[in-house]
Amino acid sequence: MKPAAFDYHRPATLAEAIDLMERFGDSAAAISGGQSLVPLMNLRLSPSDQLVDVSRLAELQQTRDLGDSVFLGAGLTHAMFEDGAAPDPANGLMRQAASHIAYRAVRCHGTIGGSVAMADPAADWPAVLLALDAAALVRGPMGERRIAMDALLTGTYTTSLETGEIITGFEVPKLPADARTSYVKFNRKVGAFASSLAVAVRQGEALRLVLAGAGPRATLLAATAAAFIAGAPKTSVRNTLAGEVALIVEADDPYACALHIATILRAIEEIS
Amino acid sequence: MKMTEISVRVNGVAMKSSVEPRTSLADYVRETCGLTATHLGCEHGACGACTVLVDDVLTRSCLKFAAMCDDRHVTTLEGLANDPLTDLLRQCFHESHALQCGFCTPGMLMAARDLLRRNMTPDEITVRNALAGHICRCTGYSGIVHAILLAASRLKPDD
Ligand SMILES: Cc1cc2nc3c(=O)[nH]c(=O)nc-3n(C[C@H](O)[C@H](O)[C@H](O)COP(=O)(O)OP(=O)(O)OC[C@H]3O[C@@H](n4cnc5c(N)ncnc54)[C@H](O)[C@@H]3O)c2cc1C
Ligand code: FES
Ligand code: FES
Repeated sequence: MKPAAFDYHRPATLAEAIDLMERFGDSAAAISGGQSLVPLMNLRLSPSDQLVDVSRLAELQQTRDLGDSVFLGAGLTHAMFEDGAAPDPANGLMRQAASHIAYRAVRCHGTIGGSVAMADPAADWPAVLLALDAAALVRGPMGERRIAMDALLTGTYTTSLETGEIITGFEVPKLPADARTSYVKFNRKVGAFASSLAVAVRQGEALRLVLAGAGPRATLLAATAAAFIAGAPKTSVRNTLAGEVALIVEADDPYACALHIATILRAIEEIS
Repeated sequence: MKMTEISVRVNGVAMKSSVEPRTSLADYVRETCGLTATHLGCEHGACGACTVLVDDVLTRSCLKFAAMCDDRHVTTLEGLANDPLTDLLRQCFHESHALQCGFCTPGMLMAARDLLRRNMTPDEITVRNALAGHICRCTGYSGIVHAILLAASRLKPDD
């Protein structure tokens, strides 16, 4: 199908982009790679009729070393991470995840910021950034704010971004060289969204365990991580995990529960 | 809704057009430029038939608005008529029976060329992964995978 008519704006600066987003309010949408928004528009599932193209804004392409963390611009594409053209403060985890998103042509345009703003429950970046304890930097009519990933993701396709706000990038903590990471994606076909996605980041006794593709958003499995770190026996870790998964998976779906348990256990295995 | 003025170089030819913002790059190259090698299967990024190059970067033309390609270089399969790598791939597709109706073929050639430019010695799994975003409804994939591996085997280091 073809999209409904809309007006197209390509502001030259971030400040102009925010002015336009504020002026048009709920009828405005930022467009970055377009790799999620255009399919929605083609299906006439997007209500916006004012598109603000942020794909050429220099501010969103930047990367900066912040000492303990790295700033990664929202406009960096999946392919830049895949190709090692963007920094990977997570010792290869970001590169690994990026190269498993969609297909090369989609990776060449889809951006990390667009993926997080889209907040697809099965998307790769929200899960990876949550596991890395990253924060989004957001600019809007009221100025700049910093939102931890956990507070940014609110539900299926929804975030805590306010009308007019644009994600400029992410602050991603640098992992020490001895940190261990794991990314386990199960999908029906190469390039498809995850049926189940497990991401684990372990720094010594600190373990962040994230499950995506289950429930409305990527979720931290804190109880399972704590049980594993405390050295609980395998069956007890598995029981805790089964309990956490059952709370997330909405319908009574034994296949989905078994699948999520399997991807998480594999991720735990890899960081053990 | 306002029209948008764009300047695009399509297969090397400078174009100035006034487009409706909702015009996809695919519809632009097919209807405004009359270049019909670019095919539309799904219009949501899944089938790969519409794949072109924008500034030499692999692109789903159904997922870009022409307005977003202002000042860019767009290359469709027609623009690769004299490209040696595309020529080699075409020959290998012919020899390997890698097409029947040809609907998917332009996208397949685009993806195959992009792969071989990044990796001259792909194994079969790499080729199959690179084709995951390209759907062929009639030939099946064996011939296509064979053709790409055959082309790789004939590549010379300076290609
Ligand atoms: C065939 C196909 C397969 C895919 N498979 C996967 C997959 O396996 N895993 C996965 O994670 N993703 C997958 N995707 C989605 C893909 O990763 C998208 O690139 C990504 O979700 C959106 O990024 P974008 O830059 O294209 O955003 P756009 O499509 O431009 O925008 C998406 C949303 O974010 C908003 N937005 C964009 N930029 C900003 C910003 N800077 N600030 C605030 N809001 C913004 C837009 O208004 C829109 O609501 C797939 C897509 C396709 C077409
Ligand atoms: S028509 Fe563009 S991917 Fe199918
Ligand atoms: S040759 Fe007919 S769809 Fe591929």
